[in-house]
Amino acid sequence: MRLDKLGVVIALIAGYAVAAAPFATFRANRIVAGEPQTLLAALPSWAGPTLLAVIAAAVLVGLFRTPSTLRLAASFAALAALLLLIGTAADHLTPPGNTYARVSPASGFWLLLFAFALLAADALTRLRPTPPLRILVLVLAGAFLGFVLFTGSWDRLSILKEYSARADSFWAEASKHVTLALGSLAAAVIVGIPLGVLCHRVQKLRAAVLNVLNIVQTIPSIALFGILIAPLGWIAAHVPGAADIGIKGIGMAPAFVALFLYSLLPVVANTVVGLAGVPVQANDAARGVGMTERQRLFRVEFPLAFPVILTGVRIVLVQNIGLATIAALIGGGGFGVFVFQGIGQTAMDLVLLGAVPTVLLAFAAAIILDAAVELSSPFHARTSA
Amino acid sequence: MIEIENITKRYGAATVVNDVSLVVQPRTITVIVGTSGSGKTTLMRMINRLVEPTAGVIRLDGEDNRTLPGYELRRRIGYAIQGHGLFPHRTVAQNIAVVPELLGWDKARTDARVSELLSLFQLDPETFGPRYPHELSGGQQQRIGVARALAAEPNVLLMDEPFGALDPVIRSKAQEDLLAIQKRFGTTIILVTHDMEEAIHLGHKIAVMDGGNLLQYATPAEILANPATDFVATLVGTGDRPFRFLSLSPAGDAVEPGTAEGEAIPASATQRDALAELLWSGRPALPVVNEAGKAIGRVTVDGLVKRASRPAA
Repeated sequence: MRLDKLGVVIALIAGYAVAAAPFATFRANRIVAGEPQTLLAALPSWAGPTLLAVIAAAVLVGLFRTPSTLRLAASFAALAALLLLIGTAADHLTPPGNTYARVSPASGFWLLLFAFALLAADALTRLRPTPPLRILVLVLAGAFLGFVLFTGSWDRLSILKEYSARADSFWAEASKHVTLALGSLAAAVIVGIPLGVLCHRVQKLRAAVLNVLNIVQTIPSIALFGILIAPLGWIAAHVPGAADIGIKGIGMAPAFVALFLYSLLPVVANTVVGLAGVPVQANDAARGVGMTERQRLFRVEFPLAFPVILTGVRIVLVQNIGLATIAALIGGGGFGVFVFQGIGQTAMDLVLLGAVPTVLLAFAAAIILDAAVELSSPFHARTSA
Repeated sequence: MIEIENITKRYGAATVVNDVSLVVQPRTITVIVGTSGSGKTTLMRMINRLVEPTAGVIRLDGEDNRTLPGYELRRRIGYAIQGHGLFPHRTVAQNIAVVPELLGWDKARTDARVSELLSLFQLDPETFGPRYPHELSGGQQQRIGVARALAAEPNVLLMDEPFGALDPVIRSKAQEDLLAIQKRFGTTIILVTHDMEEAIHLGHKIAVMDGGNLLQYATPAEILANPATDFVATLVGTGDRPFRFLSLSPAGDAVEPGTAEGEAIPASATQRDALAELLWSGRPALPVVNEAGKAIGRVTVDGLVKRASRPAA
């Protein structure tokens, strides 16, 4: 049998992770330096060899040229085993009755997770699942995660201990995070698409608008938050009613405005590109058969440009979910609150409590919108696209 | 009837169409021929006001074409372009239904018309209606383009190089289809092309344009016999002229009494085909048969050669 190139890389990563990297870290309390634990030491005697066997089997499946379905099954099995057993490791390492001790996943766990995620992603790509199937896989993965959380398998992991200490504020910040990311996206779509149409129709405007938005895009996010403090503070102080609807120099308002400004370029640029990509003949025919300008825009130009515009929306959503983390710096809330608190307290578990949901949210958003982009263009020959 | 009166179009200092006047008789095919940049497409686009003229008037059946808003005018005039211009996000049936939809036809009437047109173009409505344009061949796309232009039963059909993107075999089939459809519906067709062969084959009358000017507006026979300028003569092609001339009339018109040996030629074939057959088979004469297959006489090399010579002016 012939070797698979990616399989070799995965085998090397997994081999290093098992042999040389710690699987979990044990700490006597939340901020002291931890003691690294190897895979066999971190797990009870029945679990360690079991996990090793699952990993070895998955690595072997990946190493040789095997059918994609088998590779997918092997990678999913390895991922499930890893995710379930990291909880077991936490149970095993925490001394009974000790509430200060902390167990967190260590580099070996993360490397194994990465290696098999890579194998799963590669197998999925080769299988070319249809958009609804991809959504189904996402829902199943979410259900698995929900199941693990609901059954309490991870309750002794430090990240969930950090969660249980701030369950209320976690969901409040989560809702702020989503509100910031989706709200600024909605605003950008409402403003950006008409602006894109205008740029498409009026040549002279196009260069000016796109240049300004390009410049905005290059301002570092922290700087943009800072720049907005003064004008928004002024508006709050001088425009009647502004302060009452929550406009302030710091907090949600500048974060929202900054995310909105960052979102504009992808939305406007993709609208312009999408409209420019509408075939000349289709536009000529639309006018020739007697469509009014409005009918041409809504019946021909928008439907044809829609997949490209949606691609812009996808870029913005993923970008905003990540960027919204920084809103916490100026009191805008969101998952960033935990990230920055964690950095301040050198409590890495708290950083993860903010970072992991952000990454999962961005990942899910990307999959859902990619599927939507593909579903929105049934009229393109898939092979030629 | 389409009356084009002293139409001029300028873009800044450039005059694209210069003081053109011509009258298109109803139920005929008029072909506008010219090289690129001759203003032929601009002239055609001023009829349905995709381009607004700088000066002059165009009247359709006596009515100034500026009486209606441009989009309403265009709904009443068929429009087919090179590369078909079908909407890629709509199915074949939806593409054909575009104008009836804009005119507010009810669904039953639209559906019936779509099926009728698809059948007319030898495309099965059940099979082709739900397909998207990219799933069709070039020839099929072109037919759908013409079907869409004819959907709302327009009296006038404008065609801009409709067969330009087709290969020669499909192209001549498409031309025959167009002639048949024009006969069937009696549509007044104005067709723009750069191909004089196509113009002679399709046109009842030909308008030759160059540099924005109308050089000659006449029947194909007249253009072949008496080209108005050297440019028209070049376009006609002196080498092919006698054969193009023969291609204008059916063999039946050249029949002489008498009989001949060998395979017969139908009376509806062109005289050019008859001469080609005579030369190729090395015979002095061919029998001619009518539609019923009955011999009605013969054509001879001598007779055809006489007909191919330039008519006395």
